[in-house]
Amino acid sequence: MEEIVSSVKRDYIIDLVKQGKRIDGRALDQLREVVVEKGVIKTANGSAKVKLGKTQVLVGVKLMHAEPFPDTPESGVLIVNAELLPLASPTFEPGPPRVEAIELARVVDRGIRESEAIDLDKLGIKPGEDVWSVFIDIDVLDHDGGLIDASALASIAALTDVKPPQDEDWKLPGFPLNRLPVAVTVAKIDGKLVVDPCLDEERVMDARLTITTIEDGSICSMQKGGRGYFTREELEQAYDLASAKAVELREKLR
Amino acid sequence: MEKPEKLIVDGRRLDGRAPDELRPLKIKAGVLERADGSAYVELGNNKVFAAVYGPREMHPRHDQQPDAAVLRCRYSMAPFSVEDRKKPGPDRRSMEISKVTKEALEPVLFLELYPRSVIDVFIEVLQADAGTRTAGINAAAVALADAGVPMRDLVSSVAVGKVEDTIVLDLIKEEDQFGTTDMPVAIIPRKKAITLLQMDGHFTKEEFKQALDLAFRGCEKIYEVQRQALKEKYAIKESG
Repeated sequence: MEEIVSSVKRDYIIDLVKQGKRIDGRALDQLREVVVEKGVIKTANGSAKVKLGKTQVLVGVKLMHAEPFPDTPESGVLIVNAELLPLASPTFEPGPPRVEAIELARVVDRGIRESEAIDLDKLGIKPGEDVWSVFIDIDVLDHDGGLIDASALASIAALTDVKPPQDEDWKLPGFPLNRLPVAVTVAKIDGKLVVDPCLDEERVMDARLTITTIEDGSICSMQKGGRGYFTREELEQAYDLASAKAVELREKLR
Repeated sequence: MEKPEKLIVDGRRLDGRAPDELRPLKIKAGVLERADGSAYVELGNNKVFAAVYGPREMHPRHDQQPDAAVLRCRYSMAPFSVEDRKKPGPDRRSMEISKVTKEALEPVLFLELYPRSVIDVFIEVLQADAGTRTAGINAAAVALADAGVPMRDLVSSVAVGKVEDTIVLDLIKEEDQFGTTDMPVAIIPRKKAITLLQMDGHFTKEEFKQALDLAFRGCEKIYEVQRQALKEKYAIKESG
């Protein structure tokens, strides 16, 4: 089921953005209120719930024994999965994952994988036979837009919460997390850029760009979405916005 | 695949190209009989077909849009197109590529002209050597034009990246796998607008800007070849 919006509301949101305002009263470069709560699930090795405005996402991390990939016999495995649960939105339906859920999981995966946030080389147990697999499972509980940013933040928050498993094969003092990649999505609405679009804004946006940056401001992953386009100048502007906002979000991980 | 000792030697890449050089590119329009429009692209070792059907009636009907046509893209890889046999049918990677391909092409189409219809774009990768999504987009844009679908412009696409601290154009498989960064880009050439942008690896802001410049230059060359392919099929040839 597709997200639809009335033309009255569409015009209203676009008119506001033209005046530098937003439907929820924020400035164009302002994030929604962010609440990060760690250690919310006892049965997971690490967990975090993120509230981004009215959006709620819960991430659980499980460390399990697994077989390594043949091309990296001594390295651990990272698997990210996202569920757009039917309880989170009238437009989410039960059934196999839709392309939106797949994209969400893959964008979060690339942010963590490409920044080398987790030192997977330290997660081998028995070369070629047994390694640690890091399962990051994203449960979307309430969808009011910004699922990529909320899920990426909840994932990295849950990773900072990982307690070593009670298992004789675990030899490390802690969980080998080296970096804190943070994703920030910038939406283009009627030619203007806004950070952290809410659902109403996502419904009317031309396009979005998610930029994941690490502590030094360099980029580890990007993903454009939506039917519209960006100009070069807009891309550079989007980078400046995303890297500045990532600093604010990273603060919330402490 | 073994990791080569070095990916760039004396400013030359494994296949002998300079960092800003494109692989050999061949495009042919109108290569399939039954499709409304089609194209074939060879980019280095990539071999890709694209077919367009429509605008035609949208089934299932509940997927119809009352005010516009729906663009439906399906990117698919033949089981024999990669070193190991690829399990046939859509997987998570190909579903994501189908989605970003659709979003890369939509901005040039006048979908509002065909309410309740669908335009189907089928991309089949027969042989893969990195850059298949960009080759698929290049083929699909030509196939859409070949089908006579009204368009604002073509879409041209290429990947750029970083290999051993050098920004390079149009990565081959070894560079994609063992290099630092891969960034596929698609643009609307005349508008200089970016319709596909993905990136994984590592870029500073400066490197990102450099890579974008290189992608634009690469896309302009591809655009020329795409236009040439359409001209070859449709230009009125002088007789005698």
